[in-house]
Amino acid sequence: MNMLTEGRPTKQDENIPTPAQGALKTHTGNRALMVDEPLIFETGSPDRSGVDLPQAPAVESRLGGLDRDEAIGIPGLSEAEAVRHYTRLSRQNYAIDVGLFPLGSCTMKHNPRLNEKMARLKGFSDIHPLQPVDSVQGALETIYQLAEWLKTLTGMPAVAMSPKAGAHGELCGILAIRSALEARGDAREVILVPESAHGTNPATAAFAGYKVEDIPANTDGRVDLDALKARLGPDVAGVMITNPNTCGLFEPDMKSISDAVHEAGGLVYCDGANFNAIVGRVRPGDLGIDAMHINLHKTFSTPHGGGGPGSGPVVFSDALAPFAPLPFVDKSDDGHFHLVEEETAEDQHESSFGRMVAFHGQMGMFTRALTYMLSHGADGLKQVAEDAVLNANYVLRSLEDVLDAPFAKSGPCMHEALFSDNGFANGLTTLDLAKGLIDEGYHPMTMYFPLVVHGAMLVEPTETESKAAIDQFLGALRSVAERAKAGDELLKSAPHFAPRRRLDETQAARKPILVWQEPEEYAEAAE
Amino acid sequence: MRYLPLTPNDRQDMLATIGASSVDDLFVDVPKEVQLDGPIRDLPMHAGEMAVEAHMKKLAKNNSAAGDMPFFLGAGAYRHHVPASVDHIIQRGEFLTAYTPYQPEIAQGTLQTLFEFQTQVARLFGVDVANASMYDGSTACWEAIVMARRITKRGKAVLSSGLHPHYVSVAKTMARFTKDQLVSEAPVLEAATDGANLLDQIDDETSCVVVQYPDILGRISDMSALAEKAHSHKALLIAVVTEPVALGAINSPGQMGADIVVGEGQSLGVGLQFGGPYVGLFGCKQKYVRQMPGRLCGETVDAEGKRGFVLTLSTREQHIRREKATSNICTNSGLCALAFTAHMTLLGEKGLRELAMLNHRKAVVAADRLAEINGISLLNDSFFNEFTLILDKDTRPIVRKLADQKILAGVSLGRLYPDAGELAHGLIVAVTETTSDEDVEALATALEGELA
Repeated sequence: MNMLTEGRPTKQDENIPTPAQGALKTHTGNRALMVDEPLIFETGSPDRSGVDLPQAPAVESRLGGLDRDEAIGIPGLSEAEAVRHYTRLSRQNYAIDVGLFPLGSCTMKHNPRLNEKMARLKGFSDIHPLQPVDSVQGALETIYQLAEWLKTLTGMPAVAMSPKAGAHGELCGILAIRSALEARGDAREVILVPESAHGTNPATAAFAGYKVEDIPANTDGRVDLDALKARLGPDVAGVMITNPNTCGLFEPDMKSISDAVHEAGGLVYCDGANFNAIVGRVRPGDLGIDAMHINLHKTFSTPHGGGGPGSGPVVFSDALAPFAPLPFVDKSDDGHFHLVEEETAEDQHESSFGRMVAFHGQMGMFTRALTYMLSHGADGLKQVAEDAVLNANYVLRSLEDVLDAPFAKSGPCMHEALFSDNGFANGLTTLDLAKGLIDEGYHPMTMYFPLVVHGAMLVEPTETESKAAIDQFLGALRSVAERAKAGDELLKSAPHFAPRRRLDETQAARKPILVWQEPEEYAEAAE
Repeated sequence: MRYLPLTPNDRQDMLATIGASSVDDLFVDVPKEVQLDGPIRDLPMHAGEMAVEAHMKKLAKNNSAAGDMPFFLGAGAYRHHVPASVDHIIQRGEFLTAYTPYQPEIAQGTLQTLFEFQTQVARLFGVDVANASMYDGSTACWEAIVMARRITKRGKAVLSSGLHPHYVSVAKTMARFTKDQLVSEAPVLEAATDGANLLDQIDDETSCVVVQYPDILGRISDMSALAEKAHSHKALLIAVVTEPVALGAINSPGQMGADIVVGEGQSLGVGLQFGGPYVGLFGCKQKYVRQMPGRLCGETVDAEGKRGFVLTLSTREQHIRREKATSNICTNSGLCALAFTAHMTLLGEKGLRELAMLNHRKAVVAADRLAEINGISLLNDSFFNEFTLILDKDTRPIVRKLADQKILAGVSLGRLYPDAGELAHGLIVAVTETTSDEDVEALATALEGELA
């Protein structure tokens, strides 16, 4: 029968076979919405542009005879092409907006859009860092208010706002410790770091000129207090402790650790990457610490942006406050806000260790974080910590029958649940499980970290996941874990359904191709 | 609470699964005495969007936004027009709310844009390779000095007096702890850069000579002789670019022999934002790639032979090498790098060159107009979009006064070098494509009034 079908409901004829997806190829290699996108160097051209500019005035140039005389080699796209290029690429990314993002120690919570809207107010986004202070009173007050929130939430008397990210905050804290020790004429050279610490901790201590020594963990997944105490001495400048720690556990002996370090003349740095577990419920200042950075891009919901920008303010104890870096915002008695910079430091902040960054830190993150804090308030932030911890314990207890949870017997976890690859069959690894999870539509958890657990898998659901979303994730993870324990070979070649199959990282490192080259150069390089 | 999906019923169900009677049971490891008994005191309770918006708008309103008045500030941060599509692109949730691309199979979007970014930066700088970004120009500058120390195994860095004073300040802070030796002076108000003076300071102990291009006073000079002298002593030339748009008009540092080129990428795509977040640019010659700090994106293939991108050479980095890493940097400026690369892609070489010449020629016109004023002279023979005026009065009070009159006149050298007396008469004026003729006239008239 030949009938006009346009506009009528359609349905595949039951007699037509539906072949398996994998058996089919397309002309383009694309699969419906999954579309490959070439590089701008392959599609753009140096004489195409997506920007229209007015004519420049007709005057002689005064460039010192250095007019750029060779092709730069930067292709352009029209706006239409550029928007499509980046939109297509964006669709090859996993993101919180797309699904649950259980990356342990990264606190991938929902990023509220009000934050974005507020950061874009012209009074925040369109002001220059060197404007006269009278013309930026609102910006200084914003920094000041955020500083007050951070001090209140941590119970610490001072905060440095300028560090650009967590690791930069660590550096700020360690430099303050070193300055304080030098000021009392007590140069020490060793920083102790638990072996479960994030890699930035030892790297930071070394970057600041310290020798780094490991402290072991005990079988409960916590700092070995006896080993720590035994190592303390006149050469130890301080310790860097993550609390809650990277095994997802609170260090119940934190106060004793702090006391022991202080007694031995050292100072205590706390890595605040995991502050989300205790925000509004526990004040780090009550644990005897001297410095702690706060990742605004974790606890306070500023977006990770595919790798930054972050923001890492550092709160200080009274012992370290005098050494905090420049510049910072202060408030006069008359309510006027001013900057303490090199110029005024001698009178107002003479012991400062100096400047860490060109301007005032991550203003764009400050506005977002303050917006978030105001939204949640004291009651909401406490609920944040409680729901984050509840969600993580729900994950831990829902999976401990199928995945080995090495510290499950140590009691409840905090905001993240830790599992190992113990029991995987047929040589399957944590990596295989992670790639299998990708096929199920999830970003994997943090893998192989912390180092103290074999094949570690660190799952941090965060408080912005619903029970339904977590249940669905648990179903997927349980299924992949069962396959790993059953030795399912197919996991070794996962992911099968992502925009790319497993990528050859060995080749990438052996013969690094870090910039695009014309195809003929490629050919030569391959020879 | 609008961001928290759990209902009281959910919480009860979940506690039952866990086998806990209340959420307090989950905090059992936290000593009782440090647990707060209720919401933290001295902070407000939660608030809806309208109330929060009102609070933030009030703060924002109490600032003089650059776009609302004649505006001439530069000195390391420049006001450029950012195409509307750039902000749209960086607000795509798949970019905005992604993490560092640790799982490359589901992060090709971020990775490919980083690969394109690295290529654009390398070509703009005239070097072989570039990394996936640093925090900002000032921290990139210090990392370059540290990298030169690693390569040359020497600890003396010679800094040009034309290097941004805040960059110098950052380097001094760090050098005090790392025991690096820095040679640095305040600039002198002369038309020529300090290149000749720097040549004399390079010796066999020197790890690197660090030169800003164009420099803090806007001056431009050829760095080839410095590169040659540095290389003859087995030292490196590090060039620092705080205004990348300039490289659409003037030769790249790489063309002149620079070994490492770092810079501030804020000019493209990012906006002023009161100083951050910005995006540090970092490029170098191929032979030094394994000494670079920060993340690198590289090309490879997947199991089916398709081209793809991954983070690579991570054995330099902190998460693998720990205390032996080339840097402690982890999170960088990913989204700002995306803004930079999207803006650069929209410009293309043609647009970049046009934008650069528009900036330059507008600056030439403005410089000549302002230098006509009695009591003002122009320091520079050469400049890009920023030049230094010498006033016959102390500049800083004038800048403050004009700001009160809603003219943001530039950056006074007194603000940047409070201790250097003779510099107090200097005013750095930046002119970009956003500056109108009326803006220049308004500034000229106001300065005439002050100097009359």
